[in-house]
Amino acid sequence: MSMNSQGRPSAIPALASTNAVTGTITGNRGLQIEEPLIFEQDAPGRCGVDLPEIPPVATRLGAVKPRASVGLPGLAEPQVVRHYTRLSQKNYAIDSGLYPLGSCTMKHNPRLNEKMARLPGFADVHPLQPISTVQGALELMDALAHWLKTLTGMAAVTLAPAAGAHGEMCGIMAIRAAHEAKGDSARTKILVPESAHGTNPATAAACGYAVESIPATADGRVDLDALKAKLGPDVAGLMLTNPNTCGLFERDIIAIADAVHAAGGYFYCDGANFNAIVGRVRPADLGVDVMHINLHKTFSTPHGGGGPGSGPVVFSEALAPYVPVPYVTHGANGFALVEEAGDGPAFGRMKAFHGQMGMFTRALSYMLSHGADGLWQASGDAVLNANYVMAKLEDVMTASFDGPCMHECLFDDRFLKGTGVTTLDIAKALIDEGFHPMTMYFPLVVHGALLIEPTETESKASLDQFIGALRALAERAKGGDVAYFQAAPRLTPRRRLDETAAARKPILRWTPPAGADAVAAE
Amino acid sequence: MRYLPLTEADRQSMLAATRAASVNDLFRDVPEAARLSGPIGGLPNHMGELEVERLMGAMAAKNIAAGSVPSFLGAGAYRHHVPATVDHMVQRGEFLTAYTPYQPEVSQGTLQVLFEFQTQVSLLTGMDVANASMYDGATACAEAVIMANRVTRRKKALLSGGLHPHYRDTTTTDARFIGFDAVAFPADPTGVEDLAAQIDDKTSCVVVQNPSVFGHVRDYSELAKVCQAKGALLIVVVTEALSLGLLTPPGDMGADIVAAEGQSFGNALNFGGPYVGLFAVKDKYVRQMPGRLCGETVDADGRRGFVLTLSTREQHIRREKATSNICTNAGLCALAFSIHVSLLGEAGITHLAQLNHAKAVQMADKLAAVPGVEVVNDSFFNEFTVKLPKPAAGVVEALAARRILGGVPVSRLYPGEMDDLLLAAVTETNTESDMDAFATALAEVLS
Repeated sequence: MSMNSQGRPSAIPALASTNAVTGTITGNRGLQIEEPLIFEQDAPGRCGVDLPEIPPVATRLGAVKPRASVGLPGLAEPQVVRHYTRLSQKNYAIDSGLYPLGSCTMKHNPRLNEKMARLPGFADVHPLQPISTVQGALELMDALAHWLKTLTGMAAVTLAPAAGAHGEMCGIMAIRAAHEAKGDSARTKILVPESAHGTNPATAAACGYAVESIPATADGRVDLDALKAKLGPDVAGLMLTNPNTCGLFERDIIAIADAVHAAGGYFYCDGANFNAIVGRVRPADLGVDVMHINLHKTFSTPHGGGGPGSGPVVFSEALAPYVPVPYVTHGANGFALVEEAGDGPAFGRMKAFHGQMGMFTRALSYMLSHGADGLWQASGDAVLNANYVMAKLEDVMTASFDGPCMHECLFDDRFLKGTGVTTLDIAKALIDEGFHPMTMYFPLVVHGALLIEPTETESKASLDQFIGALRALAERAKGGDVAYFQAAPRLTPRRRLDETAAARKPILRWTPPAGADAVAAE
Repeated sequence: MRYLPLTEADRQSMLAATRAASVNDLFRDVPEAARLSGPIGGLPNHMGELEVERLMGAMAAKNIAAGSVPSFLGAGAYRHHVPATVDHMVQRGEFLTAYTPYQPEVSQGTLQVLFEFQTQVSLLTGMDVANASMYDGATACAEAVIMANRVTRRKKALLSGGLHPHYRDTTTTDARFIGFDAVAFPADPTGVEDLAAQIDDKTSCVVVQNPSVFGHVRDYSELAKVCQAKGALLIVVVTEALSLGLLTPPGDMGADIVAAEGQSFGNALNFGGPYVGLFAVKDKYVRQMPGRLCGETVDADGRRGFVLTLSTREQHIRREKATSNICTNAGLCALAFSIHVSLLGEAGITHLAQLNHAKAVQMADKLAAVPGVEVVNDSFFNEFTVKLPKPAAGVVEALAARRILGGVPVSRLYPGEMDDLLLAAVTETNTESDMDAFATALAEVLS
């Protein structure tokens, strides 16, 4: 090997055994380190915990036999730490950069909230402890309920639902219960705009309703006349997201609510986009009867790679009697918890215990931190950021509707027409630029949708960098560089994955390879 | 306002770009009557970390933390020791602050975790395949029944009297609104119920819990055979997942679906949530499953990778024809579960399960020695039922006054019924002196 004067090799010799993809020996690429499955790191008998001796007693397992084995791998603690650390490094996260997923609200997750949720007085409390020993937990739930009712102007709230879609279920159940209580069984339909999130029709259908779609107008909003034409004695209610999934405020919302009420129906508002108006507009003033709130969107509890969420539901006076159990009450002896529906109109339950307490602590910590003035500013900044992104991109991309938008801005793929480049390609190219893609192909009301939600926690510098990257990609697409886009992403731990093959012959778990015993014995 | 990076100068220059006169002007599509003129009334203004910590710390201090006293509560939520590694890994921002892994190229971490989680759950339950988690055990149970109705095209579910009442009620709520029959059998405190004769040609499924809410451990192999013969599915619910480290798993007994609560691994008590529902089935039902699934595939360079798959079952594709309206799982709780199970491994999980059982046997003997107290169970894992000479709710309050959390009165779960029964759970966190303190205090309260 030739050396330079410092004794360093002047040329890197090629090795026969290098990885064909990475060009390195290991298949690693700098900080991107390949990590096998945990099951592929097994050494029988090895363990990552030390446990006390088992007292010698005769077992009392009745007719059930102890199992022979489970089949789990044995690793020591350092291996487990390294495994999950390396896996974490293969994820994009809001902590690492702009995450402009429209309708998902990927805003900063304050660490104070994590700290509060881990206070032993909240985290280490059993849900069935005597009520006298959990007064602070009930006080917290009551405080959260007060904030939610005040911010929405609504009469009642349940904290029980575990997620947004679970909250939708709860809201539609309440509507059904209210009609049933009136002896009205003729209402078999729920109206849902075609721009709705998929959970809306899925929820209505799960509750036994026929789903009828309402078309949109050319300006991206519910067609009021079409809605009125569908209203009648067979309609139980309307499910409407506002601001809607095109990022627009439904200007006719009050007329819509009035029409639904006049026809004897209830107005379910999907609160997924409440973050756009929180602290500035109270849904009660829009005529809403019931609305779920995603604590993991508006109130910044972490998305956690897909949950846990939390979906409290607020109710108008008309639906308040149907609020499901459990709920907190307070009287002379402090706080109490109503856990049984009894013979009243309340229904339930929706899940075990009392709701997603760990999310309640985080959400309240966020609310207290922002306060009324901070929430006013936060929703204002969220809307300003989205409008800024829209304004800076509308000359190179095609905005689907005129602004102003609310917290997110919607583009479609007309700007890609004739280029051979698709919305998906733009998204994948953005990944190479260090950004998480926007929401793609949703809502369904425009072709090749690109829905961008920057949130209020992005700085102008961060937005400008994102805008610059998107502008350059749009220009590059128009320049005809199709091959560049189709090969993206190039710089990620994995490149485009074969989703068709995954679905055709699903491999949903690891299984030991043939001859595994021989390998394990090495 | 520490979470807001825009400066006033930024706002002005950005507004100019949008050609709006003000931020308020951007809200002009909101009907004027519904627009507030300034920050909402009746709520405080922003606070620093110190003030928030003070306020919330004061609330937390009003609760008795289970770990600060001898604690013997179970009934679907168990206090286990969670290794320090778990929470440190869970708090890595790349896990904590990521979204659902819809863009697989930048989500391989979460996806591989889910694939490993699905494998761990399959192994623990003895089933072919598991999903990427559900909201909690109770919702998993209700979804299992809905799935059984779909598979069998029948509409009558039989719910065992050993099923946790919260699981029963979650299922009957769905039954009322979704439209199926959920026949709940009377509470079975002695563990002798036999539902085989109740199964008919309308029965979609039988739901049993093992160990039951009263702690009884049973072999359901025979019931599985009867279900199969009559075209019904056997759903086995497990609320204490650690029991799967010791007992013959539901899959080996012939369960068609397992719906379980996974909180025992990696997750704190959290006053009841968030927890993590486990959902596992036989291979032939994969396409009827609710919830997310992660699958193995290859990338453009032929390397192994993972994606969310079979999403044609799900609401964002199928809308009103979806198998369920569920849009999320319990990702971070599943991660915590998975890390804890990885640390335990084969040796640790077996040891921990045996340790829990042995300590529960010791506790049962100590309580049985208290005058007037009778242990109801012949069999149990780490939780059992005792019969007291006084109403259990009052006894538990009296124990709490002595700073002992002495189990769950059965009447808390069955209002107005069985008020002399108490559920007591024992885990590795209970020391010998905790157990003696419980028995001694119980003797005092009862005397």
